[in-house]
Amino acid sequence: MNYWIILYILGCVLKFESGFLLLPAIVGLLYQEGNALAYFAVAALCLILGMLLTHKKPVSTNLYTREGFVTVALSWIVMSIFGALPFVLTKDIPSYVDALFETISGFTTTGASILTEVEPLSHASLFWRSFSHWIGGMGVFVFIMAILPLMGGGSNMNLMKAESPGPSVSKLVPHAKDTAKILYGLYLAMTVTEVVLLRLFGMTLFDALTTAFGTVGTGGFGIRNDSLAGYSPALQNIVTIFMILSGVNYTAYFYILSRKIKEAFCMEEIRWYFILIFASAGVIAANIRSLYPTLRETLRHAFFQVGSIITTTGFATTDFDLWPEMSKCILVVLMFVGACAGSTGGGMKVSRLLILFKTIRKELLLIIHPREVRKIRMDGRSVEHEVTRASNVFLVIYFVVLLLSTLLISVDEYNFTTNFTAVVSALNNIGPGLDLVGPTQNFSIFSAFSKFILMFDMLAGRLELFPMMILMMPATWKRR
Amino acid sequence: MDIIIVGCGKVGYTLVEQLSNEDHNIVVIDEKQERVQRITDSLDAMGIVGNGINHRTLIEAGIGTADLLIAVTGDDEKNLLCCVIARKTGHCQTIARVRNPIYNEEIEFLKKEFGLAMIINPELTAANEISRIFQFPSAIRVDSFAKGHVELLHFKVGKNCPLIHLKLLNLSQTLHTNVLVCTVVRGNEVIIPNGDFEFEENDTVAIASQRRNAIEFFQKIGIMKTRVGRAILAGGGKISFYLAKILLKSGIRVTIIERDRERCDVLSDLMPKATIICGDATDQTLLMQLGLDQAQGFAALTGLDEENILLSLYANDVSNARTVTKINRISFHSVINELNLGSTIYPRIITADYIVKYVRSTNNSRNSNVETLYKLANGKAEALEFIIKADSAVAGIPLQDLHFRKNTLICCIYRHGKVIIPSGQDIIKAGDSVLVVLSGYRISDIKEILED
Repeated sequence: MNYWIILYILGCVLKFESGFLLLPAIVGLLYQEGNALAYFAVAALCLILGMLLTHKKPVSTNLYTREGFVTVALSWIVMSIFGALPFVLTKDIPSYVDALFETISGFTTTGASILTEVEPLSHASLFWRSFSHWIGGMGVFVFIMAILPLMGGGSNMNLMKAESPGPSVSKLVPHAKDTAKILYGLYLAMTVTEVVLLRLFGMTLFDALTTAFGTVGTGGFGIRNDSLAGYSPALQNIVTIFMILSGVNYTAYFYILSRKIKEAFCMEEIRWYFILIFASAGVIAANIRSLYPTLRETLRHAFFQVGSIITTTGFATTDFDLWPEMSKCILVVLMFVGACAGSTGGGMKVSRLLILFKTIRKELLLIIHPREVRKIRMDGRSVEHEVTRASNVFLVIYFVVLLLSTLLISVDEYNFTTNFTAVVSALNNIGPGLDLVGPTQNFSIFSAFSKFILMFDMLAGRLELFPMMILMMPATWKRR
Repeated sequence: MDIIIVGCGKVGYTLVEQLSNEDHNIVVIDEKQERVQRITDSLDAMGIVGNGINHRTLIEAGIGTADLLIAVTGDDEKNLLCCVIARKTGHCQTIARVRNPIYNEEIEFLKKEFGLAMIINPELTAANEISRIFQFPSAIRVDSFAKGHVELLHFKVGKNCPLIHLKLLNLSQTLHTNVLVCTVVRGNEVIIPNGDFEFEENDTVAIASQRRNAIEFFQKIGIMKTRVGRAILAGGGKISFYLAKILLKSGIRVTIIERDRERCDVLSDLMPKATIICGDATDQTLLMQLGLDQAQGFAALTGLDEENILLSLYANDVSNARTVTKINRISFHSVINELNLGSTIYPRIITADYIVKYVRSTNNSRNSNVETLYKLANGKAEALEFIIKADSAVAGIPLQDLHFRKNTLICCIYRHGKVIIPSGQDIIKAGDSVLVVLSGYRISDIKEILED
């Protein structure tokens, strides 16, 4: 284990975080809030610590897969630990555990809050909450990579593999750095377009920015107590469209940009993603038709909620906890599905599920023709055995974490729906669950112990389980 | 530059390693998933699993916009076909590796008819390098520039060498020679020495000079070895074949030891003048029977790196021969440098150097081209030859008035058959060949050796 390089990279991450923290500080200054000072102070602290850690470049810059995973997991934890400080210092969230929960929820783009009232928060804190979604959405290492030549060769790839979602990570263009730049370019373009559109349809700039951060990062922190229910239907529809677009694999956008439109639409994952959205929204609309006066409103709510849940954003325009059981059940299933691989969304990912279903089909066919040789294919090419195996293992770990977490947080003695959906929502980075953690409720009811479990789930879910699990393996920390 | 490399074997890997370091966009293609994975996991390149001859695979790899395709699969025919298809599909330059001696005779024909920019034959190139060492065995490595008129000669400072503790400043007075010390490799370091530099035992020194002066110099420091009259080659592969042909042509007697009977028949058929021995090269008695202790040249060229290393160590132990060790696969450079192996030859690195040279010179075709490039000390330093064009930034100004970057040395200027070891008053003129040694940075144009 090369501890020095890990510390060095952590130092880089802290320096970047200090840069990120300047934005809410400036927002605070613009609104003439006294607590902007707290943001400046934490930014300075991060900068100093970062400088100390990056003071000397380590002798050996070898970064193997193990170091890559550990670095990414630790970086997210460290970022959250420091990102939570301003909330406490500004007294917006007085308890540090709550502040940490809120920050992790922000960086992991979960959007689950422990605040009963959001509106009294200062603008700086509201901005920081939403901005953390934006940072966490595409990933902090992808950002650093786009700007800094961190290190050469495969080291970059080892970090990217650990941070990017999806069963197999591949580059869009030969250089990791250029890939990162393209990804952030697309991400930025999407954000700016949404902000402009929201502004055109009458949102204030502050609301438009924070909502866009939450949408494009598929986060879900609202700046109002009723999430997005208070905005006009047109604004809600814009958010619906951008949520769904943010859940699409960014490779598709890259294909479209490089004029390979056919390839983009031939991606099986994207086809199934849209089929799932339209099918679920259709069924739900039929199911909840009687609750709303017009068909238009019914469809708007159905599409918004489906888009919000499948992309793991977690905004709400209506309290879906009051919907009929079938609709609620569909939403819970969608929570597991999640967005496409290579998007900013969480969950198990459509492509991983496709691989799993194809594996099931293959195994069943093997019973019929035991000697048949059959390969699993995606997008017209066969899937490597390693990828299928990793998907299977992912599924197993996923359910082990899910069950253990549900069991552990049941010490708080809430009902099963609450516990189960709370864990599902944390692990899939969604935000709201059902019943006591429904869209109009929040996570403040849980004890500190349960909050820590949920924090772990959020991080594990965002980093796709493996990095957080590696962190807990004793073998990781042994000397070579 | 956008480069596609087909074939991810040893050479493919080395190429990606070197070219991605020079900031090119590289896509690799191979049929074996593990091989592609190995490159994409450890180097900054994109990988595609597929057949490089397949039109669709090439399109996917971006042949439409690529500048260069390098085909280095194990198959000569595949490489050629791949280049032809690439030429027809895109507008890229193509380089193919062709190793079979049968095709070697018609290299120029193939190049012209198939529209290839370059055909590389690592075995032939390696054989050429070895033959240069055998023809001038005092050096452990001979890099030739200006079409062979100038050489960079590497030698090791031995135990009782008069150079030890001598300051570079006093070199020409003490020995009365006209050679220029270009680089000194000490341990893992490369030094471009200045006047205060003091030689030590075990330094590997490279000097630039003409053959005549070099002979005189080597005689004075007492490491002059006579020309090789008889060489033993262990292993009868392609390098042996090419090398034997070159050596025989220049009148050196050759003995080849090869294990495989059929291969022996083929070799004996092709080279009636060579002595072909069917036997195991690791057999000590056989080696002694063949008179290893009397031989002046020994090259270990079997397929196993470990065997080659052992053979060379043994040959150095029992004889005074100039030994050459071929190392294909393993890369423990620091350990290998410590061993008493004489000269080492890495065919895959030689190949990569050739291609890197080509890439750099096409990358910058305006001003002055890289004519020749050799990497020194495991890539830590480079020796480059440029032909100077009239509008070059270095032409027409006395060298003492040019501001060179650190760790840069103009070793010599070759003008109309004359070699000039430059001093401050000398001027580089258009049409000159200039040999530059530098470390710590890379250039593809001569003007980059100047401070900004």
